[in-house]
Amino acid sequence: MAKRIDDETMENVCILAKLSLKGGELDRAREEMQKMLDYVQKLEELDTENVPPLTHIFGDADVFREDIVRNSDTRDVILANAPKVKEGQFQVPKTVG
Amino acid sequence: MDLQALTALELADKIKKRQVSVLDGVKSVFEQIEKKESRVHAYLDIYKKEAYTRAKEVEKGIADDLYNSPLAGVPIAVKDNICVKAHPTTCASKILGDFIPPYNADVIDRLERAGMIIIGKTNMDEFAMGSTTETSAYGVTRNPHNPEHVPGGSSGGSCAAVAAGEAYLALGSDTGGSIRQPSAFCGVTGLKPTYGTVSRRGLIAYASSLDQIGPIGKNTADCAALLEVIAGHDPLDSTSLKRDDIQFSRENDRGIVGMKFGVPKEYLSEGLNPQTKAAFMEALKVLTGMGAIVEFFSMKTTEYMIPAYYIIASAEASSNLERFDGVKYGYRAAEYEDLHDMYRRTRTEGFGTEVKRRILLGSFVLSSGYYDAYYLKALKTKNLIKQEFDKAFADYDVLLSPTAPDTAPRLGESLKDPMAMYLGDIYTVAVNLCGLPAISVPCGKDDKGLPIGLQMIGDCFMENLSRQPAELPDFPALSAYLLRRLGGD
Repeated sequence: MAKRIDDETMENVCILAKLSLKGGELDRAREEMQKMLDYVQKLEELDTENVPPLTHIFGDADVFREDIVRNSDTRDVILANAPKVKEGQFQVPKTVG
Repeated sequence: MDLQALTALELADKIKKRQVSVLDGVKSVFEQIEKKESRVHAYLDIYKKEAYTRAKEVEKGIADDLYNSPLAGVPIAVKDNICVKAHPTTCASKILGDFIPPYNADVIDRLERAGMIIIGKTNMDEFAMGSTTETSAYGVTRNPHNPEHVPGGSSGGSCAAVAAGEAYLALGSDTGGSIRQPSAFCGVTGLKPTYGTVSRRGLIAYASSLDQIGPIGKNTADCAALLEVIAGHDPLDSTSLKRDDIQFSRENDRGIVGMKFGVPKEYLSEGLNPQTKAAFMEALKVLTGMGAIVEFFSMKTTEYMIPAYYIIASAEASSNLERFDGVKYGYRAAEYEDLHDMYRRTRTEGFGTEVKRRILLGSFVLSSGYYDAYYLKALKTKNLIKQEFDKAFADYDVLLSPTAPDTAPRLGESLKDPMAMYLGDIYTVAVNLCGLPAISVPCGKDDKGLPIGLQMIGDCFMENLSRQPAELPDFPALSAYLLRRLGGD
């Protein structure tokens, strides 16, 4: 049996996902997630005891380069996309009292 | 001269010989857009004025030998998850509705250096999550072969544009089949390159370990030529490979006689439409008739491919899409109480249902207590799948399968049952998990006139092998031959 998604688990997942689902949308999301987890449960049939996880196909060596500044000052074009800007900076709601 | 009948390479050749002007090529595309776009809706944004200005610039550039690529002067469409500087790039999402990239994706710089002309941005599933282009926040795209059916997805707009003659070539992206499946559904050719062949810089990320940009065109020669334009090392993408074998247009010197093709027999079991199967078996017969060796073999991990894929892709998506928080770019909710409430409302209002579904699943499989059972288990399964492909390529030159188990569904059908939609990715997802190159070419039509695709999978770095054995001048020639044999058009 796959993990059953109870209210608490769903609430925790929504906190991690930074989503606030309510009412019918929340119920549907839970139902669909349950279906998906029941389905992917199939992987348990596989014996992976001695199989290492494979992350990178072509080796996982870090790629280094010299730390040289190559870009010019693009502050204004970057800020042009921001929903709210104040004094040349991103503006967000007050975070400290 | 009917410019619409030309392939991209033929158009470029006529431009080079001054039989056709760059402007003529661009005009023919806009005439077709005028005729077809209101019905197909392949594009989210069309750069008409700029394309004409650029055409004049390219005309001069070709004359001055500034642009000498084999595709100089060819109009191209670009999927809307690839950044084009100073033009909206939405990923077909409300959350990026007003995003204007301050830089070009690496592939866009390469198109420009090759003297190609960008026609506009194409529709897609929101953040490339979907198989029908119906999860777009900006309306559906219709299949040019039958407007009641979807074009496939997520690169549905790009494939529909090429199929409708609204572009000679297009760029798509492929995370689990998003170039190959819509190419199959729209009757065009689409190639997913070996992971790392094309830079991902400026491609808005869905699942970084699986995403690759690739070409969509009328045939394999056009796709190979476009891949040559966009491939190459990019120091600003740390997963970009330094490959020296990127001459994809070069013909393969291996003959078809004696070439070994392998077919995973599990791919032909349940869920495969009988008409798709018949077209596929016919393709095998043709290959055998030409002297190729075709064998069936067992791919035991087949039933674990989709579970592993959806866990890994959703996990990476949940992480990649954290960046959409209403602070740096895109949509921000109008009302909120504090910073965290602003994040939540922005994301809840800005993302569509399918995107939220995958973010939730991804957040769950990465969360403490479930990470080992789901995410780690999926990565171990990926290892087993990779081992099976390695074994298969020790025995075979190229693997063959249908691109999708069925032809394009009717509009609205797939959204009712997301699970069923995910299962449609059965033949394509393992290619991404293993970083392999694969191509979909047309190989027939069903009784409704909807195209069927044949998928050829090569081992890593074998794009040219899956492209064309020397005695098959082109796989579309094979497709044309098949179509005649099957009594299609």
